[in-house]
Amino acid sequence: MRSIFILIALLGITPGTCAPVFAQEKAALPPPIGRQGFNPDISLNGLFAAGYFSDPEPLQFGAHDPAERGFTLQNLELTMTGMVDPYFRAEAHLIFGMEEGTSFIEIEEVFLTTLSLPYGLQVMAGQFFTRFGRQNPLHPHAWDFADQQIVNTLMFGGDGLRNPGVQLSLLLPLPFYLELIGSIQNARGETAAGFLFAPEETFAARPILEREVEGWNDLLHLGRVKSAFDLSETVTLVAGTSHLFGPNGTGEAARTRIHGIDLFLKWKPLTAERGWPFVTLQGEAMRRNYDAGEAALEDGTVLAAETFKTDGFYIQSLYGFKRRWVAGIRYERADATDPLDPESGDRRRLSSNLTFYPSEFSKIRLQYNHDKADGRDDPIHAVFLQYEFLIGAHGAHIF
Amino acid sequence: MRRFKVDPSAEDYQGHLSRADLLGDLKGVVKVSPNAQSYGVPLGGGNVSHGAPLFFSILFFILQMPLFAEAAPIRVVATTEDLAAIAREIGRERVAVDFIAKGVQDPHFIEAKPSYMVKLSQADLFVQVGLELEAAWVPSLLVGARNGKIQAGAPGFVDASKGIEALEVPTGEVDRAQGDVHLQGNPHYWLDPANGKQIARNIAEGLKRIDPAGAADYEKNLAGFTERLDSALLRWREEMKPFAGAKVVTYHNSWPYFLKRFGLIAAGHVEPKPGIPPSTAHLKALINLIPREKVKVIIMEPYFDEKTPQFVAEKSGAKVVVLPPSVSAATGINDIFQLFDHLISTLAGALSGAPLK
Repeated sequence: MRSIFILIALLGITPGTCAPVFAQEKAALPPPIGRQGFNPDISLNGLFAAGYFSDPEPLQFGAHDPAERGFTLQNLELTMTGMVDPYFRAEAHLIFGMEEGTSFIEIEEVFLTTLSLPYGLQVMAGQFFTRFGRQNPLHPHAWDFADQQIVNTLMFGGDGLRNPGVQLSLLLPLPFYLELIGSIQNARGETAAGFLFAPEETFAARPILEREVEGWNDLLHLGRVKSAFDLSETVTLVAGTSHLFGPNGTGEAARTRIHGIDLFLKWKPLTAERGWPFVTLQGEAMRRNYDAGEAALEDGTVLAAETFKTDGFYIQSLYGFKRRWVAGIRYERADATDPLDPESGDRRRLSSNLTFYPSEFSKIRLQYNHDKADGRDDPIHAVFLQYEFLIGAHGAHIF
Repeated sequence: MRRFKVDPSAEDYQGHLSRADLLGDLKGVVKVSPNAQSYGVPLGGGNVSHGAPLFFSILFFILQMPLFAEAAPIRVVATTEDLAAIAREIGRERVAVDFIAKGVQDPHFIEAKPSYMVKLSQADLFVQVGLELEAAWVPSLLVGARNGKIQAGAPGFVDASKGIEALEVPTGEVDRAQGDVHLQGNPHYWLDPANGKQIARNIAEGLKRIDPAGAADYEKNLAGFTERLDSALLRWREEMKPFAGAKVVTYHNSWPYFLKRFGLIAAGHVEPKPGIPPSTAHLKALINLIPREKVKVIIMEPYFDEKTPQFVAEKSGAKVVVLPPSVSAATGINDIFQLFDHLISTLAGALSGAPLK
């Protein structure tokens, strides 16, 4: 045993003693091109917020939203990406968080992507955010605001809509960008709120039952069309629609449908300095039809089958007015305050913020929210100070 | 319309089938017989229909014939206009060249727009500057383009920095506290016109890989371009000889290759570290440095804000010179030769201009 340790120690020393010779040789060699070694690109992103609310019980339902007076660790995300081989790329996003002093780890996304299928096809397989609209697939540190949109939390729950599955997309051979996306994912779990989920909870007083996956129809299906046009050299438009179909737990044949449209417009001059100045405008509108099945309650009353329609939208704009500074404003409106209770009233929120980017790898954001809900007599005022760091190599986000 | 073009010489390469592979398939299908057990493949008692596999094999044969290959130019997409200009010199009529970053844009900070993915999805050859200049946006464009021909490592992928001797390769520890440091050296190597020869060689090699039929033409064009570049280089060096040893200040540290080629020296930069805007203390130091080192010009690219350099220039007696770092970054610059003609004449004019106050 000892001889093995001596051998390892010798092997460890040997490169060191040869170092001066190698260093000289290295100086004469051309510099390495491309990444050396086969380690993935690793990055760590820490997102924090300090918040104050005029009401000690605010209406923030996003799992990463600052939701209490005090400090919040919104998101600690470890991202690893790398090429598996000439055919696939892999990506993993792990979230570390804290709740009431207890730490947890959550798998946000981990999937592989094909690189070179013919005919413009691409397959993504693993655990991923459903590509519904623009906001759902974004990770919290890439949000333009410190908290999640109301309509997204309402439709998809606090963590966004994500589950294991498979996605196929087709980039059509046209002179402009037109992509057709279809995906099938599990419909279970709290990350698919509004579908098979939260058994033991109720939706509109109906108990949500445990439902088995009998066939294809009991999975979550997405169809999406995404198109993009360069309106000019400086203005780009991205527009899309998304349609989601899946089962829900209020009946054996009960189904939920969610439809959405999204729009994104960006202006940036050709001589922009490191991305400034720019203006963006983004909006999404969603409508959910929740077909609740007939339910027999414990006290004998029978609730008839009913379709609950829930609507919401947001519209936001960012103005990068000076290098490293961005001002933003957002208006949102949605039908309900409680994600699982469509009868709980109307909600309107106006947010404005100012963000400073010391570099591309850090940001400090000050945000003010004015939150009005039918269930509360007074509007809730909130102020957040958000700060973020990024270390390591992190690729670009979806445009 | 995307044509299923097959390169008969590619073997293992993803997305392409060789004639040998298809012949093998066809033989394997046609030879089905009651002795199928000997192939080790259970074929359901020998009653296998050959019709469908045979039909598709023949269809593949037909589709892989290069029907109009001679007429279709090779589609080259380069990241910058300088690479595009050189690609045009090497490819001439055999290529149709497009680019992503316009000359006036800062090539570090291009957005991965969907329209760029469309361009790349239809490319036969992709050329990048490399040395991590485009590291923020090219990888996601390549994934979104879904084009197997141009992924990193594929025959249609050209890194123009291959064989270029990089300057300012960091030794010792490097991290982001030093600003936007490039780990493989300074990537602005195209600004040394002599490097154009290696860039051209890399592009020619790429073109020969994917279009072997044109190899002779590419070699001829490469030789012609190299000759013209060599004689232009003599001319440019003559023009800049009187200014050898002159000191300049640049906004961003993007000119070391140009300065080294023509014997100029960078005495300082407006950015204290790459990508970091100057503090008042740094500006004060610059304002003192300029007359002390007899710096006459502050060089900057058109995508930086003029305000700060103008302020320094007024206080120190230097002159701000906006130099286009790329083809088409100013009117009348349509190729590499015109780019350096313009750079040299503008800089020579500024350096020989009015003396310091």
